[in-house]
Amino acid sequence: MEKKKEFKLGEFLLKYALYFILLAILIVIVAINPKFLSITNLISILKQASTKGILALGVAGIIVLAGTDLSVGRILGLTAAIAASLLQSVTFPMRYYPQLQEVTYGTILIGLLICVAVAVAFSAFNGFGMAKLHMHPFIVSLGTSLIAYGLCCIYIENQPSGSTQALSSFDQKYLKLATDSIKIGSVKIPWLVIIFLLLAAFTWVMWNKTTFGKNMFAVGGNTEAAEVSGISVTKTIMSVFIYAGIMYGIGSFLEGARIQSVGTNTGFNYEQDAIASCVIGGVSFNGGIGTVQGVVIGSIILQAINYGLYFLGVNAYLQYVIRGAIIIVAVAIDVRKYINKR
Amino acid sequence: MEDNKYLLEMIDIEKQFPGVKALDHAQLKLRPGTVHALMGENGAGKSTLMKCLFGIYKKDSGSIRMDGKEVDFINPRNALDHGVAMVHQELNQVLYRSVMENIWMGRFPKNGPLVDHRKMKEATETVMRELEINVDVTKNIGSYTVSQRQMLEIAKAVSYNARILVLDEPTSSLTQDEVEHLFHIMKKLTADGVGIIYISHKMDEIMRIADDVTIMRDGKWVSTDPTSSLDTDIIIKRMVNRDMSHRFPEKTNQPGDEVIMKVEGLTGKYEPTCHNVSFELHKGEVLGIAGLVGSRRTELLSTIFGSMERGSGTILVDGREVRNRTPKESIRNGFAMVTEERRATGCFPYGNILFNTVIANLRSYKKGPLLSDKAMASDTAAYIDKLKTKTPSQKTLIKNLSGGNQQKVIFSRWLLTDPHILLLDEPTRGIDVGAKYEIYELMLDLAKQGRGVCFISSEMPELIGICDRILVMSNGQLAGIVERGKDFGGIPGEQETIMALQAKYV
Repeated sequence: MEKKKEFKLGEFLLKYALYFILLAILIVIVAINPKFLSITNLISILKQASTKGILALGVAGIIVLAGTDLSVGRILGLTAAIAASLLQSVTFPMRYYPQLQEVTYGTILIGLLICVAVAVAFSAFNGFGMAKLHMHPFIVSLGTSLIAYGLCCIYIENQPSGSTQALSSFDQKYLKLATDSIKIGSVKIPWLVIIFLLLAAFTWVMWNKTTFGKNMFAVGGNTEAAEVSGISVTKTIMSVFIYAGIMYGIGSFLEGARIQSVGTNTGFNYEQDAIASCVIGGVSFNGGIGTVQGVVIGSIILQAINYGLYFLGVNAYLQYVIRGAIIIVAVAIDVRKYINKR
Repeated sequence: MEDNKYLLEMIDIEKQFPGVKALDHAQLKLRPGTVHALMGENGAGKSTLMKCLFGIYKKDSGSIRMDGKEVDFINPRNALDHGVAMVHQELNQVLYRSVMENIWMGRFPKNGPLVDHRKMKEATETVMRELEINVDVTKNIGSYTVSQRQMLEIAKAVSYNARILVLDEPTSSLTQDEVEHLFHIMKKLTADGVGIIYISHKMDEIMRIADDVTIMRDGKWVSTDPTSSLDTDIIIKRMVNRDMSHRFPEKTNQPGDEVIMKVEGLTGKYEPTCHNVSFELHKGEVLGIAGLVGSRRTELLSTIFGSMERGSGTILVDGREVRNRTPKESIRNGFAMVTEERRATGCFPYGNILFNTVIANLRSYKKGPLLSDKAMASDTAAYIDKLKTKTPSQKTLIKNLSGGNQQKVIFSRWLLTDPHILLLDEPTRGIDVGAKYEIYELMLDLAKQGRGVCFISSEMPELIGICDRILVMSNGQLAGIVERGKDFGGIPGEQETIMALQAKYV
């Protein structure tokens, strides 16, 4: 049965509908204020998209498993607070650990490793809940998000100095991660963006070229088929959550340096952006479908719109309304793609 | 050949599930290089026994030996590693991944830490060439038809180079050509010394391909004999433990002249669908619908029922035009449809018998804003009685019943809506011989009450056994309608007539 590939306008429009809509939003933003298209703004957008995009790279795998993770934001809050407390400037009198006399590159590496370890512990717990306790990851991660939030508040509100303020005054070496850039031609590319793209490339290889990725798609696409093909479903779920944890750890560490101050409210709603980036990028909530390219593009488009709305001075609450609408439209289109008309 | 040595021996296997003894001293002995048919009614424990072998279930007691050595696989991986492969009854595939990925899932060829795509493609193509299957291995497996996917599933099992191959109802959705193809593959494998365990309900296949037949009943071993010493009647008798020389009930319905449904020029809106189909259904008639896989029989009934959108054509019920835009509208017009995939589109697996019985008919139990528990329970009880559904209680979850009894619950659901026209899509697929007989009786009984029954089946004998006329579909078009007494029903060459019509537009 040889079937000719025909060009169907309807299918084409449906496939790319979301991108048309988002492009239209961006065009409207530019039309209202052409200054939006400055290099400074673009760099800011990319920087913002970088840390959140790294989180999205982690969540994406979990969504491919037909799961989800509501704890991303609060895990980020907790781990960023730990990193921040370790990396405050030694000249700052109210620092968390007065006994630390020097911040070296070694300290920074330890900070990163602690971030990753804590994030992996939380994410692995979510994975354990899904793989072994057979709970829906929605519920497990709802619980861990509250636990992480509580611990984060306890940590920040119990500073030795007695302060309950947000942690700030970080060491320059740490801040430089987010402020420094590398000059390519006449354009300065921030390190953040480069790290994001490297992690995206690494994730692409993991998804497409390794057993880890193939098994992830198999379990997400049809758990039973994976099981009878000799794939360990438990092991696959655990590794995807652990990989996500690594991404959260790195993302949190960099986000701390980017925002330069970590308080109890840091990370609030970040899971929404991370999940929305995936959905905009075509990772299906039905499981088994998604690409890393999609996640990267999704993250950038989402942050461009977020930033654009902020840039135009759109009412902050109205911004929520618009973002909510975008998520709903994205999922509505995604679902339509996989419904067979009959 | 002196064949005292067995490739596989399963002896005194026992398995207890909550409330049921699924296996009770079951046994199976497979000789190398032979096809061993495993037969029994649904619920006899065939699949359970195979799942114990494959490490999906853990046996409670008993012994499994390969080449005389005791084995006990802890999971499918373990079984595959020891040369036992299995094609499961359900298609276990990841639709949005490529053919080759589906085949090598769980054992991708690697190049360092990475999956070696080139090697995977070559290996897949080699397997396909050997088995003479013509597919593009890089395309998503979901883009192939169910029967092609079934062949790919078989190719996957073969690619393990297993010494023991278990095929659990592999031909349920294959076309006749593909069945021949499969048998050809099986012969090649047995010539290499592979032992094949073959589960099927299709007698003619068993008689043709099997060397030995083991029969099970109620989780127990009944007999093992060479096929040459058996015939269909003996096998059926042993399976059901009663005389089944009459596979079909006596025809008691008398179709009238009155037309209750007239379909004219029916064409569906979205491909694949039926094209320009016209026919009449008489009062009290059982109208069979025959056709090959892909002949769009299901699409025809679904378009009539409104679960697929109609493009053009008209449907008249008792001379009055009906639109049937949605199933809800069709039900109000006196239609009922029993769908092909009982598990996917018929049952609410976590609902109990009562829920599954009354769900399409809630309107009639309304007492003010609430539903009357009493009325629902009494109707459910009445239909459990009427259809002789075997269930411990109304509160039993439907997923715990055997296929035949599930089907009876689904029938009850539709009968409660008092339909005039019943559309049945493979209502006897995957249910055991005894339950099939009861479904036939029920269909004839419904016709006798003056209802019209449309009955899709892939099993020619049952169409010939109970239908008054048979409508034959071929590639989406109506190829012809044959009549009992004229074209079939003890007429020589009847199957050939129908088969010729099935191939008319292919």
